[in-house]
Amino acid sequence: MAPGQYSADPKRHTLQPIVTGATVVGMKYAGGVLLAADTMASYGSQARYKDVCRLKKVGNYTLLGASGEISDFQYIGDLLDELDMTDFLQEDGCHMGPQEYASYIGRVMYNRRSKMNPLYNQLIVAGKKESGESHLAFIDHQGTAFQEEFIATGFGAYLAMPILRNEWKPDISLEDAKKLAIKCLQVCFYRDCNAYFKIHVATCDGETQEISEPIAMDHYWGHSAWLKKSLEGGTLGVNESW
Amino acid sequence: MAGTGAGYDLSVNTFSPDGRVYQVEYAQKAVENSGTSLAICCKDGVLFAVEKFMLSKMLVPGTIKRIFPIHRHAGMSIAGFLADSRQIVSRAREEANQYKSVYTDEIPPEVLAERLGNFTHLFTLYWSARPFGCTVLFGAVDPETKVPSLFQIDPAGLVYKFKGTAIGKGKQAAKTEIEKLMANPDITCEEALVHVAKIMHKVHDEKDKDFELEASWICPKSNYQFAAVPNDLLKTAEDKAKEMIEAEENED
Repeated sequence: MAPGQYSADPKRHTLQPIVTGATVVGMKYAGGVLLAADTMASYGSQARYKDVCRLKKVGNYTLLGASGEISDFQYIGDLLDELDMTDFLQEDGCHMGPQEYASYIGRVMYNRRSKMNPLYNQLIVAGKKESGESHLAFIDHQGTAFQEEFIATGFGAYLAMPILRNEWKPDISLEDAKKLAIKCLQVCFYRDCNAYFKIHVATCDGETQEISEPIAMDHYWGHSAWLKKSLEGGTLGVNESW
Repeated sequence: MAGTGAGYDLSVNTFSPDGRVYQVEYAQKAVENSGTSLAICCKDGVLFAVEKFMLSKMLVPGTIKRIFPIHRHAGMSIAGFLADSRQIVSRAREEANQYKSVYTDEIPPEVLAERLGNFTHLFTLYWSARPFGCTVLFGAVDPETKVPSLFQIDPAGLVYKFKGTAIGKGKQAAKTEIEKLMANPDITCEEALVHVAKIMHKVHDEKDKDFELEASWICPKSNYQFAAVPNDLLKTAEDKAKEMIEAEENED
């Protein structure tokens, strides 16, 4: 189209995500990093796919966890796999670690948002390269990137972060870190309608890099206050709350 | 205009009156001047080996590689012009990468070998192009079935499938040895390593410069991924091979 002319039907990029994942929590623990996310991929508010892994191993030292658009997460995963392949083909024994991957994703995300065509994700990149430092980074669809000791994405940024702030300690043990992550996702499951009770936990300690089989979290919905029917003239008054 | 081709050897797009394309044949000659390069399909994987001449005493060992990874479960060894072969290596990597991004699966070795054959063949069709002065041995192991396969692609663009083969200077002698070696269909890459080292040392022409044995494999030992044979393993295999050759010579 000639300069100065505009189409009546302009090209539009993604305006909202379609199939989405909810919270990912990540934290450092003594000797490594841990990520946890539930197995749900929602279609709007519909619980569409209930056995999806939103965590991914990248190379030998890095884990990637994503909330937001699942297809964009898969695309980013493919990009990183291609990068890992170039490392493999180089045959020099040098491999990218969490820091390099996080930086790369940050550039991709910022580049895409600058084209007004973002990848709709909040990502956590976690990892540890052999005896190096643990690395935990957050990157969002605008290219915002930072490193932290513990991070939660999506609704978890509101629901899980306060819990993490209260209970996370430097040099927390792997077992406690796992419990804490599960506690966070449990709270998310109770309050976030896009969350689910089945989760994956992934760890990386520089030597091994592992994503667990799906774990079912405990949950209880039988509290009497939750069972009262407020619309049928129950005892719960207008200004009352449980 | 003097010479064997009598004027018909200047371009790949002119046949000689007796139906030959000399430029392609000359390209194949270039391969025959190169150090021996061999590959064998063992029971559990593919093993590559190359006789790499040390052009100078100052050359750093382990450099100017002649065996390349193509993707995680495939590799390629070279005879002929190394620079030409890089063209094929990078094309193979592109094809493998592109196939994976479209189909998520790894490219079947047959498909990649055929594509590389077509690629090579293109350079025998136009007067503006020069055929590749190299032949490549392309080997892969299917990541699921663990079935190994091996192909040879020559400057004409022909694709052969082999159980084991050799190219370059010592190809005749090496091929006879490989035939003997492959009489045992159950041989593993690890077991074959010594024999391959022996073949390479046997085939090596004393008149030529000293050589470095370069070897790579795709086998259980390397977790079914393409990898250089570890230096210590290669060293012991070479030492043992030399002993065996010496013992044979003493017998005579």
